[in-house]
Amino acid sequence: MVATGRLTHPVMPANAGIHVLRAAIIAAVLVIWEGLAVSGWLYRDVVPRLDVIAVALWDLLSTREFYGHLGVTAREIGIGLIIGGVSGLVAGLLLGANRLLARAYEAYLYYLGPTPKIIFFPVMIMWFGVGAGSKIAMAALSCFFPIALSTAAGMRGIDKVLIRVGRSFRLNAWQMTTKIYLPAMRAPIVNGVRLGLGVALIGALLAETRLSKEGVGFLVNQAYSVFDMPRMYAVLIVLFVLAIGINTLIAKLGGLGRS
Amino acid sequence: MTIAAAILRDRLLPLALGLGTLVAAIAAVEGLIRAGFINGYIVPLPTQVAASFGKVITEENILDRFVSTFTEAFIAGVMIMVTGVALGLLLYRVALLRRATETWVAALAAAPTVLAYPLFLVIFGRNAWTIIMMGFVAGLPPVILKTIEGLAGTRRVLIDVGRSLKLSSTQLFVKILLPASLPTIFVGIRLGLIFTLINVVGVEFLINFGGLGQLINDLFERYELPETYAAICFVILVSVLFFVITERIERWLRPGD
Repeated sequence: MVATGRLTHPVMPANAGIHVLRAAIIAAVLVIWEGLAVSGWLYRDVVPRLDVIAVALWDLLSTREFYGHLGVTAREIGIGLIIGGVSGLVAGLLLGANRLLARAYEAYLYYLGPTPKIIFFPVMIMWFGVGAGSKIAMAALSCFFPIALSTAAGMRGIDKVLIRVGRSFRLNAWQMTTKIYLPAMRAPIVNGVRLGLGVALIGALLAETRLSKEGVGFLVNQAYSVFDMPRMYAVLIVLFVLAIGINTLIAKLGGLGRS
Repeated sequence: MTIAAAILRDRLLPLALGLGTLVAAIAAVEGLIRAGFINGYIVPLPTQVAASFGKVITEENILDRFVSTFTEAFIAGVMIMVTGVALGLLLYRVALLRRATETWVAALAAAPTVLAYPLFLVIFGRNAWTIIMMGFVAGLPPVILKTIEGLAGTRRVLIDVGRSLKLSSTQLFVKILLPASLPTIFVGIRLGLIFTLINVVGVEFLINFGGLGQLINDLFERYELPETYAAICFVILVSVLFFVITERIERWLRPGD
């Protein structure tokens, strides 16, 4: 009887349980949010109603102005990532290939890496001006450290057999780099780029919120300055979705899977 | 090779090369500014920066500012430890909840939460709580993730020993799970504290409130360039010191690594 009961009431698959729980959590958060919005317990507009945020999100995404600002930020981060990424890659290759250089300089990178980069913004303004240059510099400075350190560590982790195979074929330095080192270091380099992109994004956007007349960071600050909270939530939602999405995409493209 | 030669090759030579390069770079900047190749109104002389350290320490109340930043980071640090370990334990104990939300916590770790500082300004006002809460939000995800990892990585035999001694779930946690997972949890706490410190100083700078971050902003707005550079150097020193101390504690907790 018990067995029959089990058969007629199939056990819910584990994945279905996870999806149900996720949906329940999201629903609970939305209900609590809406409840707070209509309760009047918090300052008016600090927690706007969900439909108001949805309208603000739609308005934001349906204006050309937003894409112009998004383009500015994407360009700053892209150029910064190229400058900081290439310099980081070269520095990482040099440190990974030479033990003396690694022992002499890697500690500086290791300890400077976790310092708050935004404090360099005044210096960047003086060096590169108040325009896009200082934001690009912030992005480049931010992403240099994780990419250099990840590349150096990755290079030291290359299987020695691969290096010996390359040398036995009498590959020159360029061929060794393109045929052996870089392919063997795909995972650490992709990981470094992932981390680098994350901090480059933060560096450029924070700089935009501090001093800029364009870019998504400027939009956040503009919404704050006129107390347009629904718009601020809308910009932040788009920003977070883009950041997490790009991060996941790079991980998948690099074959890192879920990490 | 003798031990002395090995020490010379592995320690002293790299140290001399690293420090020598740093000194040479500073000397080169000094020379280029004096020769007019670098604009002295944009980059101050390194000697001026060195000389302004005294002024920054005495006239800008750097000790008070350091205490202010330290207090904010400390409160946020205690909050991430208590909340992060508790949430990590909850997710470890409730497997379904863990499987449903672990990727969300990882996504939160990748999200640029510091950009929400204007939102926190609206909610908490322009005061220390905005800074503390920003530090808390930024530092929380690694503590949760590493707590789960540490607890899940506890050797089965240790848990079985605890169960064979009929320990209660609280005793099992305090006597077995926590000591076994402490090194991994501390890795998360260390990462969390670093993110917290970065965000605390960063938000201080951005909202022009608090300790060391505000000092840099103040000095820059007064266009006191040597002092601005000196304050930046001071923040770097504090960050490096903080990083080294937490790293030493981590090594002490993981002697086998």
